[in-house]
Amino acid sequence: MKVTEQDVAHVADLANLELTADERARMVRDLNSILGYIDNLNELDTSNVPAMAQVSNRYGVDESKQGSERFAYASREDILEGMRKMLPQEVALANAPDSDGTFFEVPKVIER
Amino acid sequence: MDLTSLTIDGARSAVQERKTSAFAMVKAHYAKIERDDAKIGAFLTFSKDRALAKAEEMDALAAKGEELPPLGGVPVAIKDVMVTRGVRSTAGSKILGNYIPPYDCTAVARLEAAGAMVLGKTNCDEFAMGSSNENSAWKPVHNPRDLSRVPGGSSGGSAAAVAADMAVAALGSDTGGSIRQPASFCGVVGLMPTYGRVSRYGLIAFASSLDHIGPLTKTVRDAAIVLRATAGRDPMDSTSADVPVPDYVAELEKPVRGLKIGVAKEYFGEGLDGEVRKAIEAAIQKLASFGCEIVDVSLPHTKYAIPTYYIVATAEASANLARFDGVRYGYRAAGARTLSDMYRRSRDEGFGAEVKRRIMLGTYALSAGYYDAYYLKAQKVRALLARDFDEAFKKVDAIVTPTSPTAAFKLGEKVDDPLAMYLADIYTVTASLAGVPGISIPCGETNDKLPIGMQILGKHFDESTILRVANAYERSRVQ
Repeated sequence: MKVTEQDVAHVADLANLELTADERARMVRDLNSILGYIDNLNELDTSNVPAMAQVSNRYGVDESKQGSERFAYASREDILEGMRKMLPQEVALANAPDSDGTFFEVPKVIER
Repeated sequence: MDLTSLTIDGARSAVQERKTSAFAMVKAHYAKIERDDAKIGAFLTFSKDRALAKAEEMDALAAKGEELPPLGGVPVAIKDVMVTRGVRSTAGSKILGNYIPPYDCTAVARLEAAGAMVLGKTNCDEFAMGSSNENSAWKPVHNPRDLSRVPGGSSGGSAAAVAADMAVAALGSDTGGSIRQPASFCGVVGLMPTYGRVSRYGLIAFASSLDHIGPLTKTVRDAAIVLRATAGRDPMDSTSADVPVPDYVAELEKPVRGLKIGVAKEYFGEGLDGEVRKAIEAAIQKLASFGCEIVDVSLPHTKYAIPTYYIVATAEASANLARFDGVRYGYRAAGARTLSDMYRRSRDEGFGAEVKRRIMLGTYALSAGYYDAYYLKAQKVRALLARDFDEAFKKVDAIVTPTSPTAAFKLGEKVDDPLAMYLADIYTVTASLAGVPGISIPCGETNDKLPIGMQILGKHFDESTILRVANAYERSRVQ
């Protein structure tokens, strides 16, 4: 067993999940099963392979430029348009579970 | 004329020539949904006012004798992971059960600008996480071809809606096979474009480096029409590519003679159903008979694709889904005394089992002490998988594989075994990781009359070639 109940509790904490006792037990089982399969990756020697985080750095870039200028295609003018223009306060708050019409409201942050 | 059995061109020209109206087209599809969807479960929310307003606009154009846009008078369905202004968008999750977006997904807006009438939002696995549609928080989808079977996932509702003639075309999203596999299971066409070809703006994020929007349609030509309408650079998505969009529809008719078609042995190994194998092999023979040259290629890292995918995708998902905190939108648990308690309980009650499993797996893979062993390792193997395709595409123009190792399985068959469910994506996750485009088209049936899908993979931004091969094959089956 790679993943223990303590690991599950720690990771749930990081992920802002609580999980019931049943869910934690199930999670121990499922994560061990999936990670056992994922361990097949260790058959490969990847010491000289560069990590690939995304596909989009493989095209569209201007190879003749340096640094962030290579990705100039991905930038746009910083102007008020589209969403930036059409999201007045009442629209932005419309989906809030709790608000006073000006702010989002949440339970108290600091315990006294 | 049966208004619900038409293709895009068929529907558009019927409205254009005033043999029917766009209004009647919308009504006929809603009537079909009313009649059949109780047993299929493809739709979650309807956008009737929006569809009828667009119908009125298209009918007015037709009445004046003006030319309709490419999807004028065509009723479409949208997977519920794409946001639609003023129309509830849940991503198949309770946590977004009451979410009414203030803006439109670019792909949806472009489809509507091309004349399409949006009927409503289709059912899907929660946050597009699943291969059977059984992870929807609302209800399962039943395969229209056999109601005891799954439609595939995660775009199961979109595939079923098209297969059951409840929409002429639909948009889906594909992160590891979520357009292609349901297309295969339901017997329709499903296209995952190149990463960056279609803007992801307004697509509720699952795994940002793997998410794609694409069409599910009745024909290859229809897929080309929808892709043409939705593709191209969008300033609101910095990963949308600034690469010219060809006229996919015009390019369909170019000859396929002389094209080199790759066949990779790694896609025909253990686990492949015998009937599926036979159908794909027969289809490859058919392509040879058109004058395509069949070439053996190797994609040696294929067997590592599923483990790689389930690290990369879940790691990205754990970050993307952190935004669901019960503060600005979405579900909030009642009665929490502190902010931290509110976060936890809202997420615990709002997310389903599979979403929690993936958040946990992704968080674990990114956590201190495990990052190098899992996340970094997976990114390196991803590079090897991408390299496999780079090498293969030096030799061939397209690669043909089965879309899925089996035809549609039974509802409930794999729900208790997440790993078995993940393996349903074994032939589709490779292209997702490499960012190359892929299409699934019907290529026969099993003895139980279940559809079989053939997948055709292409080079980056070369959707034209895979559409052309798919179109040639489809035409030979119809004749």
